[in-house]
Amino acid sequence: MCLGIPGEVQSITEEGALRMGRVAFGGIVKQVCLAYVPEAETGDFVIVHAGFAISRIDGEAAARVFAYLDEIGVTQEEDAMAPTTKGPRAR
Amino acid sequence: MKPDPTLECPLPLARHTVVQLAHGGGGRLMRELVEHLFLPAFENPALAERHDSAVVTLGAERVAFTTDGYVVHPRFFPGGDIGTLAVYGTVNDLAMAGARPAYLSVGLVLEEGLAFEELRRITASMRDAAAACGVALVTGDTKVVDRGKGDGVFITTAGIGLVPPGVAIHPRRVRPGDAVLLTGDVGRHGIAVLSVREGLAFETRIESDCAPLATLVAALLDAGIDLHCLRDPTRGGLAAALNEIAVDAGVGIAITEAAVPVTDAVAGACELLGLDPLYVACEGRMIAVLPEPEVDRALELLRAHPLGRQAARIGTVGESGPGTVVLETRLGTRRLLDLLSGEQLPRIC
Amino acid sequence: MRFLDEYRGEAAGRRYVAAIGALVTRPWRLMEVCGGQTHAIVRFGIDELLPPEITLIHGPGCPVCVTPVDQIDKALLIAARPEVIFCSFGDMLRVPGSERDLFAVKAEGGDVRIVYSPLDAVTLAEQHPEREVVFFAVGFETTAPANAAAVYEARRRGLGNFSVLVSHVLVPPAMEAILAAPDRLVDGFLAAGHVCTIMGTAEYEPLAARYRVPIVVTGFEPLDLLQGIHMCVAQLEEGRAEVENQYARSVRTSGNAPARAMIDEIFEVVPRTWRGLGAIPGSGLGLRAEYVVWDAERKFGVRDLVAAESEECRSGLVLQGRLKPPDCPVFATRCTPDTPLGATMVSAEGACAAYYRYRRMPAP
Repeated sequence: MCLGIPGEVQSITEEGALRMGRVAFGGIVKQVCLAYVPEAETGDFVIVHAGFAISRIDGEAAARVFAYLDEIGVTQEEDAMAPTTKGPRAR
Repeated sequence: MKPDPTLECPLPLARHTVVQLAHGGGGRLMRELVEHLFLPAFENPALAERHDSAVVTLGAERVAFTTDGYVVHPRFFPGGDIGTLAVYGTVNDLAMAGARPAYLSVGLVLEEGLAFEELRRITASMRDAAAACGVALVTGDTKVVDRGKGDGVFITTAGIGLVPPGVAIHPRRVRPGDAVLLTGDVGRHGIAVLSVREGLAFETRIESDCAPLATLVAALLDAGIDLHCLRDPTRGGLAAALNEIAVDAGVGIAITEAAVPVTDAVAGACELLGLDPLYVACEGRMIAVLPEPEVDRALELLRAHPLGRQAARIGTVGESGPGTVVLETRLGTRRLLDLLSGEQLPRIC
Repeated sequence: MRFLDEYRGEAAGRRYVAAIGALVTRPWRLMEVCGGQTHAIVRFGIDELLPPEITLIHGPGCPVCVTPVDQIDKALLIAARPEVIFCSFGDMLRVPGSERDLFAVKAEGGDVRIVYSPLDAVTLAEQHPEREVVFFAVGFETTAPANAAAVYEARRRGLGNFSVLVSHVLVPPAMEAILAAPDRLVDGFLAAGHVCTIMGTAEYEPLAARYRVPIVVTGFEPLDLLQGIHMCVAQLEEGRAEVENQYARSVRTSGNAPARAMIDEIFEVVPRTWRGLGAIPGSGLGLRAEYVVWDAERKFGVRDLVAAESEECRSGLVLQGRLKPPDCPVFATRCTPDTPLGATMVSAEGACAAYYRYRRMPAP
């Protein structure tokens, strides 16, 4: 299940029993329920689904998507979209 | 071909026995409604052109003539209201035919119980918009319907303007190899309207881009730019307008996603709601299709105009796939940019 | 947008594709479970970039697509009632029931409203004490905490005019149903990143072990999907069958504890019928007994409604990954987004709709 978008927590209020926050997505700000991310603070990024933050983004883990490329040893020069044959290559 | 007098031409969507919202959404259903019900009923050469404005001859003059209905809800939104739209929208349809907009008529259908204060505001907006375009509202009509029978205010405007000699802007002039330009960022109007609707409220104020395009077109025409086709994306967004051109001109159009300007705020709102900005309505933007050699000069002229600062070349007219629009994605792959069947809906999935 | 745009970059995408091409030595079939992943794959053309040895099979991870016909029919009955304000996520409005959809009910005068968050429906109930507000609570585990919070809030605020029509489904039982099929089609899974954000990854360990299948919890952006595919193919090439987490920026092994606590408070596991797949035991969520007052099925007496599915529609085969949409006899002919026969053509996440929208390319 699906549409969860990263946003930056701008401010937090306790609205009644629910922890709410103003979260910015690109250039837009919306009220989001932060009840499920009690650890999130102003300046953190959260994933938001149906008006609820469901996780706080781990910046280190986020960067690993790119570090992984270096780990598996693929250089910039290898371009899979060059007009050569597709398929397994000898390495 | 004789029109069927009983109008029994069945809609392909046989399962619809009542009109759906999607029939007005600018997408496939609306197009089919027009093609299968209205065009056969009213058949005539000017209508068959299927352009935003009809260009008809009166005596020695070519006159562009258009009409539009305005039912936007909510009536007041950041950056404008139904009155502003009613003037600019019709002025823009005239401008898309290369005409100099001159006169508008206004038909109002008011619901019993509408506050006079609202009507005063809307009237003032129309006055200001007309003044900004240099057009005069020369005739009109007012009707009132029972409470509950109308959504506050429905406005219909019709407009006329002269088409300068030698100007012929129409999809049939589009040629493979033509460049496709866009005058600014997309999606502001649709998001602005959505932003004040119940349950989708944003804290950030995104303003509609609604604006009159006549002077922008005039800037190009006065400089002698050879324009093949103009279209202002409204309901259904950029994608709908490009598909219309592709079908009406019988060509394929290739667009680069990364070249289409979108502001951060609109991008954020679209991501959040699961909307594709390419399908979100604009009201102050224009697509211009013109020969490749004219591109640099045209972009310079557009960017010199307040409404064209973000003007960009977004694609090219091709030989293949007549009637289709193909998008090159950010990832460098190609996919179809199809007409949606109806309105794009916010989603969680 | 930060944490979004950088995962759509062409250069890094090409590097991942090259890496996958270099890694693979024989054919593998991977299933992405979540509809959001299907949508991204087709929208960005990811499957076209992959080497031919890799086949992506689209799974049943679209809760809109799998909502049974009778739940839609119940929704239509309730929404047509004059005292009801029927609130729903936008996705559900065009899903066909036996004969009609919510949009049709709206056209006939039903007060059907799209909401972005279930809390918006609770607010409507507070603002309209004279009306009955009903919220269509569909979704996988990702949406369950939000829907649960709405019921919890309704109770806390003492709202007697609020109720939910529940149609929640759980992912692991559906994956197991696919894995247990005698002619198993799937070599490896890309598990749903947002479902796992809530539930964690533990419940996938027994599946990986019992069926010897790699399961990589994957995100939704092109680079997430490509990295997830690389990790899954690496496992297959090396003969491993483990649960790995590609989407670690959002998914913790233990999931989201307060969210799971709220789910447990409001819901209990029940059997559910999946549209196109049939009944799967222990695959759904229903309201616990102490919250029955907020159950719309009881309130409006529609509990026992049963409806039949279209015979022409092969959504079930598509959802199991046994049929690619273009191979369905009625694809793009009798079944189109304007005239959908099943939910996979209606939902933005449905495999059939995705293929229809993005794949009918003109010949070059």
